[in-house]
Amino acid sequence: MKPEPAMKVPLLAIDRLEIEAPGKGGAPLRLIDGVSLQLAPGRVLGLIGESGAGKSTLGLAALGVLRGGQRMTAGEVRLAGQPLGRLDPGAMRRLRGREVAYVAQSAAAAFNPAQRLIDQVIETALACGMSRAGARARAIDLFARLGLPDPARFGGRFPHQASGGQLQRAMTAMAMCARPRLIVFDEPTTALDVTTQIEVLVAVRSAIREEGMAALYISHDLALVAQMADEIMVLRHGRMVEHGPVRQVIDAPKSPYTQALIGARGLVRTPRPSAAPILEVRGLDAAYGEMKVIGDLTLSVPEGGTLAVIGESGSGKSTLGRAICGLLPWSAGSVRFAGRDLAPELRRRTRAELKDIQLIHQLPDLALNPRRSVGAAIGAALARFRGLRGAAAREETARLLRQVDLDPSLAARLPGALSGGQKQRVCIARALAAEPRLIICDEVTSALDPLVAEGVLKLLSRLQAETGASYLFITHDFGAVASIADEVAVMKQGGLVASGALADVFDAPPDPYTAALLEAVPQLSPGWLDEIAARRSLPDTARKDHAV
Amino acid sequence: MSLHDITAPPLRAPGFARLPVLAAAAFCLACLAAAVAAPVLAPHDPADLVALPWQPPGDGFLLGTDQLGRDMLSRIIWGARVSIGLSAAITALAFAFGVPAGLAAAVLGGWADQAMSRTVDLFMALPPLILALLALSVTGTSLVTLTLVAAFLAALRVFRLSRALGVDLATRDFVDIARLRGEGTLRIAACEILPNAAGPLIAEAGLRFVFAFLFVASLSFLGLGVQPPMADWGGMVRENAGALNYGGIAPLVPAAAIALLAISVNLLGDRAAGGRTGR
Repeated sequence: MKPEPAMKVPLLAIDRLEIEAPGKGGAPLRLIDGVSLQLAPGRVLGLIGESGAGKSTLGLAALGVLRGGQRMTAGEVRLAGQPLGRLDPGAMRRLRGREVAYVAQSAAAAFNPAQRLIDQVIETALACGMSRAGARARAIDLFARLGLPDPARFGGRFPHQASGGQLQRAMTAMAMCARPRLIVFDEPTTALDVTTQIEVLVAVRSAIREEGMAALYISHDLALVAQMADEIMVLRHGRMVEHGPVRQVIDAPKSPYTQALIGARGLVRTPRPSAAPILEVRGLDAAYGEMKVIGDLTLSVPEGGTLAVIGESGSGKSTLGRAICGLLPWSAGSVRFAGRDLAPELRRRTRAELKDIQLIHQLPDLALNPRRSVGAAIGAALARFRGLRGAAAREETARLLRQVDLDPSLAARLPGALSGGQKQRVCIARALAAEPRLIICDEVTSALDPLVAEGVLKLLSRLQAETGASYLFITHDFGAVASIADEVAVMKQGGLVASGALADVFDAPPDPYTAALLEAVPQLSPGWLDEIAARRSLPDTARKDHAV
Repeated sequence: MSLHDITAPPLRAPGFARLPVLAAAAFCLACLAAAVAAPVLAPHDPADLVALPWQPPGDGFLLGTDQLGRDMLSRIIWGARVSIGLSAAITALAFAFGVPAGLAAAVLGGWADQAMSRTVDLFMALPPLILALLALSVTGTSLVTLTLVAAFLAALRVFRLSRALGVDLATRDFVDIARLRGEGTLRIAACEILPNAAGPLIAEAGLRFVFAFLFVASLSFLGLGVQPPMADWGGMVRENAGALNYGGIAPLVPAAAIALLAISVNLLGDRAAGGRTGR
């Protein structure tokens, strides 16, 4: 191993870095604008910001990687004292893996599906001159420390034989295998469920501490960064907004933007008195072909109120939404809407029934036809459900756009010209165009940045007060639930595990699964992950994985 | 932030990339002008014997004369009218039937899709030229039957592409939204799916036009296509093929016209399709 550098030389030093990419119409787009940072060995810096803030670009710059078309126009990046921009490719290659490694967001996409995990995990270590036996021993040791099941044999699996959380830990092992001094984690748990996420977080953090590595931890979730990092840097539009120790940034944020980010998690709804149900689902079974997704599910949505259906991926919550609106005919059970039974098939429903139940999807990019203007998208619903055409339709479209806080002039635009939050507002306006009594919101805030999501949640609450529509709010985001739901139903593997008023379920979880889910929701308080880690030791985690 | 957020720089300078497209557009326009204004442009009647056979280019006959002593330039100009007109009609017919059928199969799914797709597979399993020869020998050669047979064969391929594009698009959420509005198959296909499939379909139209053109040329070459004395480019290659034995270039003139038009239309089709995908 190399001799320890004097403490004065930082492991990573980024100095007034500027990175540009070619923008639309030839004018370059500045992705990173004068960011400076220093990282001492063994320290963890959390990079936080919304999409497009430049956090991934900055993280990759620490590896000396620029993505397609990007150019470094000013400043420099020094890794272990060496200026990355001026090294030849051979020297860069020797630095990567040995000094710095990378953990990507989607481990499932990053692993080669045709190779066993162990071969991929030790690849870098072999390239750095470690012996095969030594690298295998090191990998198995890392598997054990990251809480992977049966560490000695885990590496023999192919990527498809491991779960998403296990793959993410295997990729962390891959990054750590050659003992680099810096690891860049790029949203490593964003694609995971909360209960899986917490296992990965606990494992990764203890491994970082034991190995004494420095890390850049990139995330859009302030609560996660608060758990993982010693310092936090907040980025926005490529500029540094705030930088300081975790406690200081969380407890006394200086910039208004950071204050807003922290405030975004504090939206709380005043619960409504319970009303008669507008939608009653009884003993519902639904399946995709042979695969049963929902079994014997019973729940109801209060008129004018919100039922939040929460659960992890694969729990059948989105399928429930599709079944209720008629896209997936159910095989058994009944759905009563406003006192009348709904037909399972879409084509046997009346136009009034179609009008009364509207669906808003998770990804507004896919929910809006890219070749139809905003006005045409809303106009189609107006024409179909309310018979409005021509000038009357244009007037109503403008009113709807104003109602969702958009400029009516957007009606002429194609969806591609809008931001993610604007697109989701258009989807909401399109649903409102039908004047529905029930809106099924399928993960409507999951793809949005925290502040944008907060805006959409506020909008949905206001619209409910204005229109009296009921919501079936499907989500895995527990922060969103607290701000919009009156009642909660927790789903697991296609069935109901808990339900009731929001306060009842959240304050006193009636069953262990709900309790585990709620416990796993990241909290802003920096000591939170330590408490969880203390409560459940790592061997526990490993056992649980075995059972799965 | 994903890798797709940042657009890669163009691989070549725009000016350089545009040159072949401009040349292709110029050639296509010239062919179109020839087809439309043949009576005005052609220096001679395409059926008149104006000189000795297989005269080399020059000397009053810009492209020489053919095997009977007719002016090659005039026959190329009149031939453009027949060849391009036929190919355009074949392509238009193929798309008029292939696209709606393909999109309908994609949106309907289930047994309707199976029935249509397997029928198409059945016909595609037969070699197109043999099928065409069979059909034309049964019905006799006329321009109408020629067009219909070629259009049917092209429609099979258009169906396959439209269905493939449609199946992909039909699973998008905005199609679900249209279904939830209670819209019918045709409306969904026309308003939601077709506009998003337009790019690849335009590229395919360029390709189908070229294949129709070559198909008619092959049939004419075999003597089953356009009948003499009408001029068409494929037939002209066949009529003049003998000149090659004597070192003449007569068959190369219509052959070059076919090749140039095929390449030009293809370039333009790709260009139009590329512009629509937004990449």
